[in-house]
Amino acid sequence: MALCGKVSKENFNNIPDLELNPIRSKIVRAFFDNRNLRKGPSGLADEINFEDFLTIMSYFRPIDTTMDEEQVQLCRKEKLRFLFHMYDSDSDGRITLEEYRNVVEELLSGNPHIEKESARSIADGAMMEAASVCVGRMEPDQVYEGITFDDFLKIWQGIDIETKMHVRFLNMETIALCH
Amino acid sequence: MLLWSGVCGLSPPRIFPSLLVAVALVGLLPVLRSHGLQPSPTASTIRGSEPPRERSIGEVTTAPPELAPESRPVNHSFTEHSLKSRKAFPVLGIDYTHVRTPFEISLWILLACLMKIGFHVIPTISSIVPESCLLIVVGLLVGGLIKGVGETPPFLQSDVFFLFLLPPIILDAGYFLPLRQFTENLGTILIFAVVGTLWNAFFLGGLMYAVCLVGGEQINNIGLLENLLFGSIISAVDPVAVLAVFEEIHINELLHILVFGESLLNDAVTVLHGLPVSRALPPVGHHGTHCLGSGDAPLRGGQHLPQVPHNHQVFPEDVEQCQRDPHLHLPRCLHRGWLPPLELDLCHQHPALLPHRPSAGQRSLSAAEARRAWDSLTPLFPSLAGVLGLTWFINKFRIVKLTPKDQFIIAYGGLRGAIAFSLGYLLDKKHFPMCDLFLTAIITVIFFTVFVQGMTIRPLVDLLAVKKKQETKRSINEEIHTQFLDHLLTGIEDICGHYGHHHWKDKLNRFNKKYVKKCLIAGERSKEPQLIAFYHKMEMKQAIELVESGGMGKIPSAVSTVSMQNIHPKSLPAERILPALSKDKEEEIRKILRNNLQKTRQRLRSYNRHTLVADPYEEAWNQMLLQRQKARQLEQKINNYLTVPAHKLDSPTMSRARIGSDPLAYEPKADLPAITIDPASPQSPESVDLVNEELKGKVLGLSQDPERVAEEDHEDDRGIMMRTKEPSSPGTDDVFSPAPSDSPSSQRIQRCLSDPGPHPEPGEGEPFIPKGQ
Repeated sequence: MALCGKVSKENFNNIPDLELNPIRSKIVRAFFDNRNLRKGPSGLADEINFEDFLTIMSYFRPIDTTMDEEQVQLCRKEKLRFLFHMYDSDSDGRITLEEYRNVVEELLSGNPHIEKESARSIADGAMMEAASVCVGRMEPDQVYEGITFDDFLKIWQGIDIETKMHVRFLNMETIALCH
Repeated sequence: MLLWSGVCGLSPPRIFPSLLVAVALVGLLPVLRSHGLQPSPTASTIRGSEPPRERSIGEVTTAPPELAPESRPVNHSFTEHSLKSRKAFPVLGIDYTHVRTPFEISLWILLACLMKIGFHVIPTISSIVPESCLLIVVGLLVGGLIKGVGETPPFLQSDVFFLFLLPPIILDAGYFLPLRQFTENLGTILIFAVVGTLWNAFFLGGLMYAVCLVGGEQINNIGLLENLLFGSIISAVDPVAVLAVFEEIHINELLHILVFGESLLNDAVTVLHGLPVSRALPPVGHHGTHCLGSGDAPLRGGQHLPQVPHNHQVFPEDVEQCQRDPHLHLPRCLHRGWLPPLELDLCHQHPALLPHRPSAGQRSLSAAEARRAWDSLTPLFPSLAGVLGLTWFINKFRIVKLTPKDQFIIAYGGLRGAIAFSLGYLLDKKHFPMCDLFLTAIITVIFFTVFVQGMTIRPLVDLLAVKKKQETKRSINEEIHTQFLDHLLTGIEDICGHYGHHHWKDKLNRFNKKYVKKCLIAGERSKEPQLIAFYHKMEMKQAIELVESGGMGKIPSAVSTVSMQNIHPKSLPAERILPALSKDKEEEIRKILRNNLQKTRQRLRSYNRHTLVADPYEEAWNQMLLQRQKARQLEQKINNYLTVPAHKLDSPTMSRARIGSDPLAYEPKADLPAITIDPASPQSPESVDLVNEELKGKVLGLSQDPERVAEEDHEDDRGIMMRTKEPSSPGTDDVFSPAPSDSPSSQRIQRCLSDPGPHPEPGEGEPFIPKGQ
């Protein structure tokens, strides 16, 4: 329980609103991901304390107006890395087709009657597009292993994530996870 | 009209707004009748004494006779057989008054539609002059014509306008509102709309008052309140005019939604502000709140049409109607086309008023001259100051700051339009003896803003290098990521217990999906998640592109040959790609294919906001679905029959020829006509042009020697027609006469660039329609 100052995965299940979220397992997992906690290259922690929680939350910090261009770029990269880790569940540094399919399936999991094939075809199409964006023309015998982090950056090039991926807290007391 | 649009390449849905309004206007007929415009249809006796001028523009009717001036009983004169034989039997007669109203209405509609279409067909004008300018000019011409003939122009009553013309406009605006940008920038928009408009109104009123004080003695007696009223009327930015201009300059979405949103919402403020200022009227508190409530919700669309009292002389009700204007939109042409003749009419009436009220008239004219110079420029100054001030304030709260360039465009893009005019027009003469002056001033301002600002904003945008709208195609990756991010942020907010932006958006979405969509969207599509809907739209867009480019799909020079092989070598071929289509859909598709064999749909560049919401033809969707399946199967077969390694980058025509010549895809089916399921058939003239372009490697390309291409295509035809020919040896350029059908192994089928675009079809599906069975 949270009385000892640490939080485990089960505590996250107590959040009622999170139940409706299709990607809740990935979100919860992200909190315990060692790569996000900067504790290691892979694996999951069992429990996190408040500091770790803040570490994760820091990825969602809005861009400060006082930051210069380089810092903004750094911030952007960090946010994208967080996202990348969420996609790449086996920590091999690549988002493989299976993982991507998994992502799309989860996104569509809120609609139980959607067939699995549609999710797969969407994921396949997206993967192919990513391949063509990142690698371009490919010979028939070449195989695209998966989306690396650099490819991921390339895909996100047009989209300004630094303005989208932030949560603004007006009041810090509202963070009431440990109660 | 549909034929015209087909000729000009516009798709029928473009005409829907106009048609809708046409239908709405048909309903005008009873209203106009009731207002006494329509002379009685039993005009038999009147006809004899019709002034000749009406005949010149009259309609020729054959039935009704021309009765002799001697009195005849009034009857529906189709029974002329019963008349005395002494009368000359009239063969031909003209009865203009009988058909006048529907004729005029139809004429106007037709004229407006023709102008709208013609405007787009002539590119040189459209690049300089915004559409609304042209329509004003047309309206003026028509009004002048009508005046010149001596007729009185038809008078559009305010409740007719608001009851019949406005609802389709409201619906269109609400339907196409770009929701995401609007909600994200709602705070900024509200501040600009409310505070900005108030500032504008007061500042302008004060400025005008100062002008009146120092100006000639004729305008000295215009009080402060009247000036404030004028200020509040003129400060309303017109969404119609704004959109007409902004859509053509392709400005970036942020600016677009700011100006558009502001113009939508500021009319409520204008009205609210005008009410207390018009002191002769009882303060209408409840009207005020009602105005604000409904004015602030463009999303609620057309649901708030008021119960219009027919006593439209009373100011508050009219004012209430006026603030429905936030949703003025298409068909702008008609909106524009109706009012300018009224304006012209009034301009003509001002001198007409002179004999009756000489002092007022003279005053108004000379004062108007004095004022016009000021009036033209005055809207700009307070807008600029207001925008600058507000932006400084708003930027403290915004993540994406508004640059000075943005601010200038926001200020400069504030065009005034018909709303200001209607509000001014509704001013009661009893309360405001200067209302003619106001009206003239308003008209001047409108003309200035629309013509001068409208025409110059485009070069200004280029000059200032304002960020234009990104022409990047939205990709499926982006959509996935955006949705993922939405859910992620909602989750984070839930974890923190912080009910922020995402939380409420998510709740609204869920509510929408659970209750609203079920009522509004029929069938299975109500349950379709957004991702799938998006995917389908993209598919269809590509499929249509596939057809247009002659079966090759969008193949840029940097070819993407990525296919399933590349990303998943172990993928199984037998997968159903998309949700299964039911049996009757299959049947439908077969029917479509039988009927629409070589229809190539050409699409003109349409309005921006309609583009991604690609107008889906359901049958095109099915047809394209089928053809993509075929392309996929083709590729699969080609992979099996690979004879020559594909290292050459083939020109699109060659590859197309190869696709076309693949016999396996075109085996005659039992229930389908043979072969001709090829959308890439070059037999249609349009695709010849497209092939022309393809040869140059560009999609919308330069011209090519048509004969050579035609000749190649002709040979292609023969190939597709599957006559036996010598198999060409590899390496020759004789690709255009591809090998016959019966020897696939001898065919020089190379790896074909059949991936139709950056979203090649994942996986190979089993044939949708069983082959050769």
